[in-house]
Amino acid sequence: MKALGEIREILFKRKEKVNLMEVCGTHTMAIAASGLRKLLPEGLKMLSGPGCPVCVTAPGDVDRALKTARFPKVILATFGDMMKVRGTRESFEDLRSAGADVRIVYSPLDALEIAGKNPDCKVVFMGVGFETTAPAIGAAVLQAASENLPNFTVLSLFKLVPPALKAILSDPAHKIHGFLLPGHVSTIIGTEPYRFVAGEHHIPCVIAGFEPMDILNGIHRLLTQMDKGEASVEIEYSRSVRPQGNPQALKILETVFEPVDAYWRAVGLIPKSGLGLRKEYARFDAAKHFDVP
Amino acid sequence: MCLAVPGRIKSIQGAVAQADFGGVLREVSVDLTPEAKAGDYVLVHAGFAIQTLEEKDAQETLELFKEIYGEQNVPI
Repeated sequence: MKALGEIREILFKRKEKVNLMEVCGTHTMAIAASGLRKLLPEGLKMLSGPGCPVCVTAPGDVDRALKTARFPKVILATFGDMMKVRGTRESFEDLRSAGADVRIVYSPLDALEIAGKNPDCKVVFMGVGFETTAPAIGAAVLQAASENLPNFTVLSLFKLVPPALKAILSDPAHKIHGFLLPGHVSTIIGTEPYRFVAGEHHIPCVIAGFEPMDILNGIHRLLTQMDKGEASVEIEYSRSVRPQGNPQALKILETVFEPVDAYWRAVGLIPKSGLGLRKEYARFDAAKHFDVP
Repeated sequence: MCLAVPGRIKSIQGAVAQADFGGVLREVSVDLTPEAKAGDYVLVHAGFAIQTLEEKDAQETLELFKEIYGEQNVPI
């Protein structure tokens, strides 16, 4: 494979090992599952970044969600991948086994439907995800607002990728030479929010898709930038990512949410790295409906 | 996680599209892609189209799905 050969050549020229961070959890999985990890040369190390919104949901936030689900007449609606995540003691799955009304949904619109069909219950939607997912919940909140739905609420635990990158880069001892950036987060946010990585820190960035060839091409482009002494934010995943992102999705994010401080599991507090509902939509904020420590 | 699947819009009513995912028809919101129209391929995440795609790009992924899942339904 030409790309692999060129990767080897570039690495051979360098004396030190090259460390690239794949930010996104799906990239980490794809690199392992496709066997790419074994194919990549010795001089290259892939570091796994904090890009799995489920994995970085803090135990305290899970505990608060579980406590909320225990209130009478509460239906907790969540994406399936949160079910086995534990707080300090138990998971949503444990809670469901104990009799709480916890339902897996595929889309926040399913949660709206549940709210419509159960007017005497309060639906609490677990808002976990990055910029890929938050716009969908934003759209659902707007729909709930237009329908005057009184019993649909969101526990907004959304997180933002660029502040996490900023936090990682604030450690002067970091040894990251390049970032493989997430394909679907970037479908929403475009290239602008990552400019500081290339501009201020002079670190190459490539937004890559999730097929093995996408990832290999992404790595190739990162090393090519490094070889030329360049640093920019490139799009490899051009079939889905535009430099301007998805303007409509960004508009909805801006309308419904605002940046808030957030706790990331195993990392701690990252300032303005989360999304909270704006006060105009406070009536849809589950945290305001339930008094939970 | 940010998994997204390509599908083809067969029809749209208001903000709700009927999309074809390699033979499986599902409802998809086009709230985030107001420019999408019938016949367009879109990338779908959590029941919402998040981007419009060129046919050849969508086809590549749909072919892969057919290869993997064969006659079975593509899990969305």
